Amino acid sequence: MNGIFLLVGFLLIVVLFQIFRSNEILSAATKKISKSFEDTTNSINAILGVIFLFTFFIGIFWYSIKEFDNYYLPIASEHAPDIEFLFWVTTAITFVVFLITQIIMFYFGYKYRFKENRKAHYYPENHKLEIIWTVIPAIVLTVLVGWGLVKWNQIMSPAPENAEVIEVVGYQFAWASRYPGPDNKLGSYNYKLTDVENIVGIDFSDSSSLDDFMPREIHIPKGKPVLFKIRARDVIHSVYMPYFRTQMNAVPGMPTQLWFVPTKTTAEMREETGNENFNYEIICNKICGRAHFSMKHTVVVDEEWEYNKWKNSQDSWIKKNPDYFANFLKNNANDLAGIK
Amino acid sequence: MKVTKISKKNVLIDNDDHHDDHHEQSFIRKYIFSEDHKTIAKQFLISGIFWAIIGGALSSLFRIQLGFPDTDLSSFSLIIGNWLTPQGKIDPEVYLALITMHGTIMVFFVLTAGLSGTFSNFLIPLQIGARDMASGFLNMLSYWFFFLSSIIMFISIFVEGGPASGGWTIYPPLSALPQAVSGSGMGMTLWLLSMVFFIVSALLGALNYITTIINLRTEGMSFFRMPLTIWAFLVTAILGVLSFPVLLSASLLLVMDRSFGTSFYLSDIYIAGEVLSNQGGSAILFQHLFWFLGHPEVYIVILPSLGITSEVIATCSRKPIFGYKAMVYSIFGIGVLSFVVWAHHMFISGMNPFLGSVFTILTVIIAVPSAIKAFNYIATLWRGNIIFTPAMLFSIGLVSFFISGGLTGIYLGNSVLDINLHDTYFVVAHFHIVMGSASFFGLFAGVYHWFPKMFGRMMNRSLGYIHFWITFIGAYLVFFPLHYIGIAGFPRRYYSFTNFETGKIESFMDLNVFVSIAAIITFVAQFIFLFNFFYSMYRGRKASKNPWKSNTLEWTTPINPGHGNWPGKIPKVERWPYDYSKPGAKEDFIPQDVSYSDTPESNLPDDKFH
Repeated sequence: MNGIFLLVGFLLIVVLFQIFRSNEILSAATKKISKSFEDTTNSINAILGVIFLFTFFIGIFWYSIKEFDNYYLPIASEHAPDIEFLFWVTTAITFVVFLITQIIMFYFGYKYRFKENRKAHYYPENHKLEIIWTVIPAIVLTVLVGWGLVKWNQIMSPAPENAEVIEVVGYQFAWASRYPGPDNKLGSYNYKLTDVENIVGIDFSDSSSLDDFMPREIHIPKGKPVLFKIRARDVIHSVYMPYFRTQMNAVPGMPTQLWFVPTKTTAEMREETGNENFNYEIICNKICGRAHFSMKHTVVVDEEWEYNKWKNSQDSWIKKNPDYFANFLKNNANDLAGIK
Repeated sequence: MKVTKISKKNVLIDNDDHHDDHHEQSFIRKYIFSEDHKTIAKQFLISGIFWAIIGGALSSLFRIQLGFPDTDLSSFSLIIGNWLTPQGKIDPEVYLALITMHGTIMVFFVLTAGLSGTFSNFLIPLQIGARDMASGFLNMLSYWFFFLSSIIMFISIFVEGGPASGGWTIYPPLSALPQAVSGSGMGMTLWLLSMVFFIVSALLGALNYITTIINLRTEGMSFFRMPLTIWAFLVTAILGVLSFPVLLSASLLLVMDRSFGTSFYLSDIYIAGEVLSNQGGSAILFQHLFWFLGHPEVYIVILPSLGITSEVIATCSRKPIFGYKAMVYSIFGIGVLSFVVWAHHMFISGMNPFLGSVFTILTVIIAVPSAIKAFNYIATLWRGNIIFTPAMLFSIGLVSFFISGGLTGIYLGNSVLDINLHDTYFVVAHFHIVMGSASFFGLFAGVYHWFPKMFGRMMNRSLGYIHFWITFIGAYLVFFPLHYIGIAGFPRRYYSFTNFETGKIESFMDLNVFVSIAAIITFVAQFIFLFNFFYSMYRGRKASKNPWKSNTLEWTTPINPGHGNWPGKIPKVERWPYDYSKPGAKEDFIPQDVSYSDTPESNLPDDKFH
């Protein structure tokens, strides 16, 4: 195998060297020869441009159609169709502009390639034309952006009152999640309380922390708004969920959030994609160190009744870690008394 | 003004002196610590080429990891031994170091120093008709600060713990905490030190370019008679002067956070089993500061290439550039707007969504002057008499990339679409086409076009054509497929994609293999250019005085211009630089130093405006 590579490489170098030599000899030869040489190479380059363009476009069309199901991710949130629609409108517009400009450019290259007896057309400016191609892109872009901003403001608006609140904390190299528990109130936290056991620094002096629970997977209900309160423990991470078309960075020292309404349960998505192992995931999308590429967390979308059932079956964190809580009470009894 | 006049005079005297004792300049003064802008330009060019080889080689290495993750690289262990796992694979942290250094090297050392350093230095005095830069000494310092910065960055590749590995954007806290990634230790310290010297170099260079363009133009060279190259270099230099100091402050604050316990960027951190005491800092602050440079930097990289392209396309189409004034205003528009769009890199950083709206609007405005430039290039080709020199091909390639990559900017600049595309391979595709490939093509176009002026010899054309076609097709094959990978939701800066469970991953393995093969072939093809470059420098065909029949002033100098550029008086400029194929003229070009009174047959009523 290596031998073949070496041989091919050697032959290529020989061919290149021959081309190089012939050019050197030609250019040293009489002017007449080099003139026709110039015309030929000029035409070859012009034609190559057209051939390139043709093949390039066929390649794009062929791949875009054939592989559509592979690169297009099905959507699974309420706002995703808005993003998708704008995405495809933008694609249609940019693709047409792309085709037209590239075709015109390489066509001009071919059509107006050098001919000795022709003189180029002295044409330094045309204000009308310039105004047209300033104003049209400006209008099209304004429409796209105006539309985008309306959707952006909807997506980034404050979450509805009835949203399920879940805290998502990124750390090297995993995600943790915390649910408010039966009281529907997330307890407060303090990063200074973080340690190997209490990985998100829950502050148990806040009584609403007592029933918080931290499951191994995030479960969310279909058809209900879900609000992720996002934090990071060490470096910047990013909560990226491509099927829900949503993303937000997790920043140490600055809580962020995102909300969305899932529209397809995991089971429905498994059916739609024909992949029985399918799972929604939070994947980290901000470089965060050695294992950045494997930092993910499973998200399960349930029907609402399934979700409620699951939620009610979860044990609170302190129930799962009684020793830690006992220690906490012991250590903090003095502090609390001291403050009082 | 007085000062300028004196310095002009000094240069003149300088020149006259040197003409007689040119040979007496010692080797060191002539080739190493030279104050001649042409020599300094060549120094920047050779350094840039050196860095481009390293940057390209690094990308080949990580493309091997992405396309052929099972490859055993042990046979290369002599060179990259400590970067490999015992199985001969690239270590995940080394992968991050590779992409970080690739980005840093390409953006700063090749496409900023290598491009601006080479062509601003070489062309500004020659095209505006000056003996040399305003300050030859500062110009020399600029190169040597760059050299020092290069050495430090080069050393950082080999230090314990590896080079910086937080991405070329070095976002803290990752870059601030050695506990977070081993590259944030010594490697990051050296990265920051290197960048400090780099910024000093960039500032010295840029101040010189601005001063020279404003003060040392020859008689008759009004602003609106300057070639578009000079306009591009001028605006590039202004961008550099205004934005690089901000990166310097950002870096210094990062140095303090790293070494002196301050909390500019750090807050509420628990890492490696330890609670850090830093509170009140903002990680977002760094991003604002970084992109305040980082976005103008994109234009610092692309504008000189656009300037070069304007010149080459006009010359090789034998036509005036279409809409000269619109091009100038576009360059200025892009320059001004580039300062108010930075936060489009941060739509989902956690900053206020309202800020996102503002920056979306500002970002889209910048697309308009960019579109004007693209249309004007195409209009210049219309009814031209196009000669496909290698430089011309690379210029057309640049316009092609500028359009393809610019269009995907419309997605990414629209905050709502950026939510899903941010930090995916779509972004990688976008900026590698519009900024990476386009700028590289401008660099190549410049080298092919001005090689005769630099070395007095011609480059081999056939090799130039082969180099162009492999590189042009190769670059599209490398970067275009990345759009699909990005739309499919693949994050960038991932060592491997095998850890997903979504089921789409295996279907992209073949595309990644394809991209990697294309990338490695394209990289190897650059050695054709290297051979051509160095061979032609010594053995190429001797150049004539004005091989491309161009109008600009540099072609009025001797074939090998000496110190001071013109042996006698500096020519007076009589007209704008784009009188190609003027109706009635004897030839299809009229150089800038030809007076209107000598060309009554071709004068037009509105010529006085040029």
